[in-house]
Amino acid sequence: MTTTQYRVIGTRPVRHDGADKVTGKAIYTADTKLPGMLAGFVLRSPHAHAKIISIDTSEAEATPGVHAVISNADFPNVEDKIADLGEGSVNLSYLSANCMAQKKVLYRGHAVAAVAATDVHIAEEAARKIKVEYEVLDSVTWVLDAMEENAPLLHEDLVTDSLGEKADKPSNVPVHLHFEKGDAATAFKEADVIVEREFKTATVHQGYIEPHAVVADYNEDGRLRIWTATQGSFTCRQQTAEILQIPLGNVLVTPCEIGGGFGGKITVYLEPTAALLSKKSGRPVRIAMTRADVFEASGPTPGSFMRVKLGAKNDGTLIAGEAWLAYDAGAYPGGMIGPGCMCVFSCYDIDHAIVDGYDVCLNKPKTSAYRAPGATQVAFATEQLVDEIAQKLGMCELEIREKNAVKEGSRRVDGPVYPPIGLVECLDALKQSEHWNTPLEGANQGRGIAAGFWFGCGLKSSAACTVNSDGTINLLEGSTDIGGSRTAIAMQLAEVLGLEANDINPQVGDTDTAGYTDVTGGSRVTFATGMAAYEAGRDLQQQMRTLAADLWDCSTDDITIGEDGVFSGNGKAVGFKALAVELFAAGEHLVGRATVAPECPTNGFGAQIADVEVDPETGKVTVLRYTTIQDAGKAIHPSYVEGQLQGGTVQGIGWALNEEYFYRDDDTMANASFLDYRMPTMLDVPMIDTIIVETGNPEHPYGVRGVGETPIVPPPAALANAIYNATDTRMTELPMSPPKLWKAMQSDQASE
Amino acid sequence: MPTVFIPAPLRELSGGTQSVVLEARNVREIVYRLDAMFPGFKDRICIDGNISPSLQVSIDSVMTSKGMIAKVQPHSEVHFIPAIGGG
Amino acid sequence: MSASKKVHVTTTINGEDIDFLCEPRHSLLEVLRDNLGLTGSKEGCNNGNCGACTVLLNGRPVDSCLVLGAEVEGAEIETVEGIACNSNLHPVQECFLEGAALQCGICTPGFMVASKALLEKDPHASEETIRFDLSGNLCRCTGYDKIVRAVQAAGQKMSTEV
Repeated sequence: MTTTQYRVIGTRPVRHDGADKVTGKAIYTADTKLPGMLAGFVLRSPHAHAKIISIDTSEAEATPGVHAVISNADFPNVEDKIADLGEGSVNLSYLSANCMAQKKVLYRGHAVAAVAATDVHIAEEAARKIKVEYEVLDSVTWVLDAMEENAPLLHEDLVTDSLGEKADKPSNVPVHLHFEKGDAATAFKEADVIVEREFKTATVHQGYIEPHAVVADYNEDGRLRIWTATQGSFTCRQQTAEILQIPLGNVLVTPCEIGGGFGGKITVYLEPTAALLSKKSGRPVRIAMTRADVFEASGPTPGSFMRVKLGAKNDGTLIAGEAWLAYDAGAYPGGMIGPGCMCVFSCYDIDHAIVDGYDVCLNKPKTSAYRAPGATQVAFATEQLVDEIAQKLGMCELEIREKNAVKEGSRRVDGPVYPPIGLVECLDALKQSEHWNTPLEGANQGRGIAAGFWFGCGLKSSAACTVNSDGTINLLEGSTDIGGSRTAIAMQLAEVLGLEANDINPQVGDTDTAGYTDVTGGSRVTFATGMAAYEAGRDLQQQMRTLAADLWDCSTDDITIGEDGVFSGNGKAVGFKALAVELFAAGEHLVGRATVAPECPTNGFGAQIADVEVDPETGKVTVLRYTTIQDAGKAIHPSYVEGQLQGGTVQGIGWALNEEYFYRDDDTMANASFLDYRMPTMLDVPMIDTIIVETGNPEHPYGVRGVGETPIVPPPAALANAIYNATDTRMTELPMSPPKLWKAMQSDQASE
Repeated sequence: MPTVFIPAPLRELSGGTQSVVLEARNVREIVYRLDAMFPGFKDRICIDGNISPSLQVSIDSVMTSKGMIAKVQPHSEVHFIPAIGGG
Repeated sequence: MSASKKVHVTTTINGEDIDFLCEPRHSLLEVLRDNLGLTGSKEGCNNGNCGACTVLLNGRPVDSCLVLGAEVEGAEIETVEGIACNSNLHPVQECFLEGAALQCGICTPGFMVASKALLEKDPHASEETIRFDLSGNLCRCTGYDKIVRAVQAAGQKMSTEV
């Protein structure tokens, strides 16, 4: 555990952008207005699967107030090229076709044309005059159906790739993954107890309150300026430039304040369309998605079918695991099946395991990450089976987890061995918690626990700091701030220099001003961009050491820098600010910079406890009490770490208890609104207690581990286990909404 | 000498061998040496001479983005695993 | 169908007399954001389900996406832009910041307005009342815990400052 006492780290300063956010001054993309700006509207397919026979835009173009109309003909041909987005790769021709359908529409909501006009109502009216002739095709929206031999085929040329080996005929399965560790077949024969179940999870959406929006201004000098709600300005720039086939350096992306992302604002949807409308009209164009568009045409996260099996010895040792997983990819390949396979047994030291995973195309919007992509689904399966084994062996569900928890040296099914990690410490904290030690005894009440894991990325970040003449610092970094991260980054710089958090003015730069920085996602920002800020601070210190030697008439080697940032040498001891002021007065100005690319995952583990009460008449689940425990390595700003834990947990509660895409018989979404896509309101959840475990990450100067994603992993499983303990009904489908739970309870009672 | 784990789908090429200890200074040497031992290995792992974008190389549990030029140490453990990011 | 003849509306917004022209089909939210440049109120859903556009209409919290611009003739409207007093933050704003009750901030303006209205009516509102009264304001980032605590803290501050 980390025991170092810090001055700034671990405190709770008010965030630097706070006043703007509570006064309404903060500028989000849809708030951005440019002179002469037009409003754009995207026309979308009403069909889940259809060929586009023709598009006639003439009436729309003739409408007064309309300045430009575009469709697939305006998009350049993009080859089948794989681009590295810094957080996974993408096939550019798919990405382009997802922004504007080419020959086929593959989901209801798929963009087919767009209009720019003097206001959004005129644009919409004109767009509805565009005549699109479709040939409607059969469609499919359930993974297993899409895998059938005679399923409607989304892509005529798509064949299954099994690590480089291609199948000989097309299907809807772009990828088959296979992992083996040890000899699972033999190990199952030696198991004393085996449990196996099938699980299903529905499509869910990240549910960020801010719809996607973009402003594009195609300047007369050929430069394209984009203001957008994005988790990654640099990846947005690259995707947009590649789709439009224009030089990367011609594109400037300015990230506005962003109203939530959770993984859903990494892929571009509107940028190329807005750019082309701007080019055609000669005016800036703003497009914002409607809420229905967000549900139907952005990137929800995979629904799934899973068959998971676990085998154990009588003493509770888990010895064998098997998983067969099929995940939605949505309309185009590239779903979350990889991490799903890697996470299914990631919390437990199981010597023998075999995992097969399938990425499956079907007529839903192309899937995107939702916090820990692919991990929540498999945790729903595995964490319930662990409970079942414990029950069969008469063991406490916490004890079986403690017994089998992964530690440093444990090997994951995909191969790598864990460095120092904190699952054991999290389970210990759970055991000591007041929640766990408070009995739950009411009727129809039950308690459940579950563990969770997410890798946590490193990737690349840059930071630059300019010292002002008063010794304060302007910090420029490139991580778009979706949760207060600019303050956590500033705090790390303040700590190393011996300053206060409000001596730093952090700013999120754009792609012209900030150094290259990968996405805000993957639980990486406090870790990697914080590290960049720290290193930029160290760079500053070294420069100042050299300059101070001149000032103080000694050699650089005579000057040391303490943990408190104080420079000492030749009888003097001066803090950062005082030395900076002195140097400024002596004509020296200072800029520090750093770029980092840490490669070790931060390995964020957590565990959660859920207490529920189930109404037997309605199947409604009330969450009575909830505790989220997670290893943060070191919490830079504890309030915002708690906030990540609480926010991710409540998203997981929504995923568990009510959220799903309902599909009509024609495979169109029936509930594309916040009324019927029912996310938790504050009336639906209790306070979420948090316990931050700090095991210290040896790969970071302050021990930080990424925390943003793991909290969404355990809740469906913890709640399923709690529901089982309350009702004796084992739920294997998400969501565990009242009608589904009620039916399952009725069915269990009938068969008793 | 580093230990390189053969991804499960490629064990059909390696005759079932799960890991191999071999002399190599970087990932390129590993890939080429494995291809010499198990013909066809390189074409499964690489596209256009680089590690396939859907894969990452893990060297001593650290995910390198350097692909073929990533260095390995004498006692390194190397895995080829799916590329992961986050949300 | 071309744009309809515009309506002239006179109203009071954040204590100031304001008049504007709008089409009959324009919502109050559109008027605030697009005509008047008051972009503090946000559009999250445009059909009254998220509360990001909450304003006070004659003292009552409403979703401004469900109110027509033409409807507010003679009304008094308060938006998030009117909550702070000169450069001083309102207790609700201070407590949200001190309590870290926001992350991305997009829902925050709606919560500012709705919380202020609730606490002016009932500064000692219980957790249950707070959760019920503010259930029309969705937040996807925070899980609501810190929001509830911030509202409670603001209520305490407001009752001691009176």
